[in-house]
Amino acid sequence: MPEAQLETRTSQLETDLKELAADVVRRAMAGGATAAEAVIQEGDEFSTVVRLGEVETLKEAGSRALGVRVFFGQRAASTYTSDFSLNGIEKLVSSALVLAKITSEDPHSGLPDAALFGALPGDLKLFHSDVYSLPGAERIDYARRAEKAALDYDPRIKNSEGGSFDAATSHKILANSLGFLGEYRRSYCSVVAVPIAQSEDGAMQRDYWYHMSRSLKALESPEHVGKIAAQRSLRRLGARKVKTARVPVVFDPLVSRSILDHIFEGVNGDSVYRGASFLAGKLGEKIAGDNVTVIDDGTIVGGFGSSPFDGEGIPTRRTVVIENGVLQSYLLNSYTARKLGMTTTANASRGLAGTPGIGPGNYFLQQGTKSPKEIIAGIQDGLYVTEFLGHGANLVTGDYSRGAGGLWISGGELTYPVEEITVGGNLKEMFFNITEIGNDLEFRGSVAAPTLRIDGLTVGGE
Amino acid sequence: MNIQTVDKQKFFFDQYGLTHRDLERYLAAALSAGGDYADLYFEYQTSTSLSMDESLVKSASQGISAGCGVRVLSGERTGYAYTDNLSPERLLHAAKTAALIASGSTKETVAAFKEKPHRSLYPIALASVDAEITAKVALLQRADVAARAYDSRIKEVRISYGDELRRILIVGSDGTFAEDSQPLARFNVGCIAKTETNSARGSHGGGGRVALDFFSGDKSPEHFAKESARQAVLQLDAREAPAGDMEVVLGPGWPGVLLHEAIGHGLEADFNRKKTSAFAGLLGKRVASDKCTIVDNGTMPWRRGSLNFDDEGQPTQNTVLIEKGILKNYLSDKLSSRLTGLPDTGNGRRESYEHIPMPRMTNTYMLSGEDNPEDILKSVKRGMYAVNFGGGQVDITNGKFVFSASEAYLIEDGKITAPLRGATLIGNGPDVLTRVSMVGNDLQLDEGVGTCGKDGQSVPVGVGIPTIKVDRLTVGGTARREGGGFMQ
Repeated sequence: MPEAQLETRTSQLETDLKELAADVVRRAMAGGATAAEAVIQEGDEFSTVVRLGEVETLKEAGSRALGVRVFFGQRAASTYTSDFSLNGIEKLVSSALVLAKITSEDPHSGLPDAALFGALPGDLKLFHSDVYSLPGAERIDYARRAEKAALDYDPRIKNSEGGSFDAATSHKILANSLGFLGEYRRSYCSVVAVPIAQSEDGAMQRDYWYHMSRSLKALESPEHVGKIAAQRSLRRLGARKVKTARVPVVFDPLVSRSILDHIFEGVNGDSVYRGASFLAGKLGEKIAGDNVTVIDDGTIVGGFGSSPFDGEGIPTRRTVVIENGVLQSYLLNSYTARKLGMTTTANASRGLAGTPGIGPGNYFLQQGTKSPKEIIAGIQDGLYVTEFLGHGANLVTGDYSRGAGGLWISGGELTYPVEEITVGGNLKEMFFNITEIGNDLEFRGSVAAPTLRIDGLTVGGE
Repeated sequence: MNIQTVDKQKFFFDQYGLTHRDLERYLAAALSAGGDYADLYFEYQTSTSLSMDESLVKSASQGISAGCGVRVLSGERTGYAYTDNLSPERLLHAAKTAALIASGSTKETVAAFKEKPHRSLYPIALASVDAEITAKVALLQRADVAARAYDSRIKEVRISYGDELRRILIVGSDGTFAEDSQPLARFNVGCIAKTETNSARGSHGGGGRVALDFFSGDKSPEHFAKESARQAVLQLDAREAPAGDMEVVLGPGWPGVLLHEAIGHGLEADFNRKKTSAFAGLLGKRVASDKCTIVDNGTMPWRRGSLNFDDEGQPTQNTVLIEKGILKNYLSDKLSSRLTGLPDTGNGRRESYEHIPMPRMTNTYMLSGEDNPEDILKSVKRGMYAVNFGGGQVDITNGKFVFSASEAYLIEDGKITAPLRGATLIGNGPDVLTRVSMVGNDLQLDEGVGTCGKDGQSVPVGVGIPTIKVDRLTVGGTARREGGGFMQ
């Protein structure tokens, strides 16, 4: 067994990077910009995959990059580099200043109102150095244990794409010419198992299970993850097609998240101002059933979607997007807020380059009261979807059509597995046809939804 | 060890003061714990992106990303480390980190570097990334005008342009020494058409490993704009697609995404070596009708999926995957080739220096057959004619794949009738091509927009197909037939 000694990179002192970001802003202003914003991203990653008991890959590295956005009045442009030398930084700034001359005057562009800047007080508990605390051999062992639990669970688990353990930390710094200077660190670790089950006729099915956490202490045991993964692969063995039918469809939480993604796409200020969403202009209107409440909250302690400030330096907040079926708010950054004559919801997401986009915080559909079992028990004939393939949702028209696999519901119980089928409908109707909402909301990422039952969908098959 | 003299001036040698002696030293460090093979992948990428929306150039950005990935192979194991700091200390540290994967006692030595014969699939005097930015802005403006002029119902037009130049140097302990400059450009126009009651979208784009003048020929901004606008307007009147199994005719070109999803991924050697693919063990067996011959060809000039060398320094090639229905080859990289003894087909690719290479497709397409496309349509009593697609996805273990039609029509009694709303099609990779009963004589490749994702890594690819008829495929529409039941 190789002893991988991870060198958690002793980066430049934080104050140095903050100073560097502020310096880049000053250089841009000295070069004639009317406003400027700099971002520095720094990160380390470790990952290992163990397959059939042997280490397959071991990867570790650190990297960092620097981006700047400059304004000449209402014109803006951005550049980024991984070259932190003085020469690299001078080139970064001068290129941005040149590039900004070719963009258009956009009356809505610019940094946010200075009064909005700030960061949430207190510790959001987003960084735990323990993700790197395990010695190399034990990290590999996490991956090995997850896979072994899956392989040992049932003799029909004969192969595997492996178990894996990943850890990462990131550090982000944002500075602008209106005086904002902030930074935060986040950490992450995860354990995954991807076992393959094989039936007597040789047909194979693969599924996976995982857990992720900001702290190693809170990470579920690899054995638990491996066992669930095995159960998920096994239950797909012997899958068949079904006849085309219109039946109730139950979405497993892992796939019901996708419904939230579609809502996000629909309320994203960028799609709204361009009219690329059927939810544009629907503020204050019923767009879903009374039972549907959707919230975005970037302030949850320890959340995967939390941060003290957004990509423009504005403290994150809690926004009720849909309340009892009524569309209450879009999700906005300062640009789309100005376009729509509204206030930013602090959902700006800032990469290294380009204008800020819009991203969710901790974004979820509020849970109901029924257990998944009770929801399934209420269905005579229906489909329980555990996996979608493809991305067949069109937010302009609402058209919805996806490849699917899962289990058939008969007489209120899960029976045989099904595959090579489609689920089709229209999102405009689907949001009203969420007839049951489970009590099983759980965050395994920044977007979460409980089990959902949606009626009126067409299952396409033979 | 012996170093052959290299006659050209080398980018990384100039830029970072690297010497052959340095490269040997890093490779030796990478092999210091007993690895079988090591390589270094140096990358220096410059890129530009521009976007126009509401007739304004709202975003312009440029960037530089540089770094080096060090890989060590030891049996089936891969150790990997990368650094964005190309100083000798950091490179040596990365090499020593990657070395830890191995625990052998024997020490492989570093062979003398042998530069690969020169090849030039994309000879460009001035990479588009270095071209005048105002010329690119002019392309955006032309597309905006053309899309809005197409039809008064076109209300929103969003145009994006991106290009990059990737300079790479790959050196391996087996003597591999390959250097390349890989240009890439892509233009895209998205339109939204609106009436009082209806909205619809269209999207079209293209590009390749081309210079900016590519867009001044027939692949002009106007070409992409009109096609995008046409699709959006057409969709305003589309009706619900049918649901269930039916005959499906695919038009030529981008519908080749069927091949990419249905068989391409399943034939990547890593999945087959590990026996996790539905195609494992099928070499020499029938997996398609005898009308189907499918290749993966990385050697086509100017194409988005082409490369002079793959990202392991191996020349790309034209690999026959399926010949008259029989499975002939998998797509392999160095690791799979070492472990299976099957040839390295030059398909080892990676997204960037931060990523471990793996078998990936290049340009994947079906060769023309003998049928007249009109005869193919005439042969269908009731089915779907799909000519444009969005993306797709596959589960390589059970072979199920999907791809989403964005422009499709109903075929009734051999005639194309109504346009249909978008729908996902789903099938089973190992048998869908056995139901290809007609293959047209009209092979086309896509216009250069494809990006393939695998294990979190994106790489540019191409696809192509002639008009084909699949006797049965499941369509994910929603339409009911009058009197209940579904159209089938």
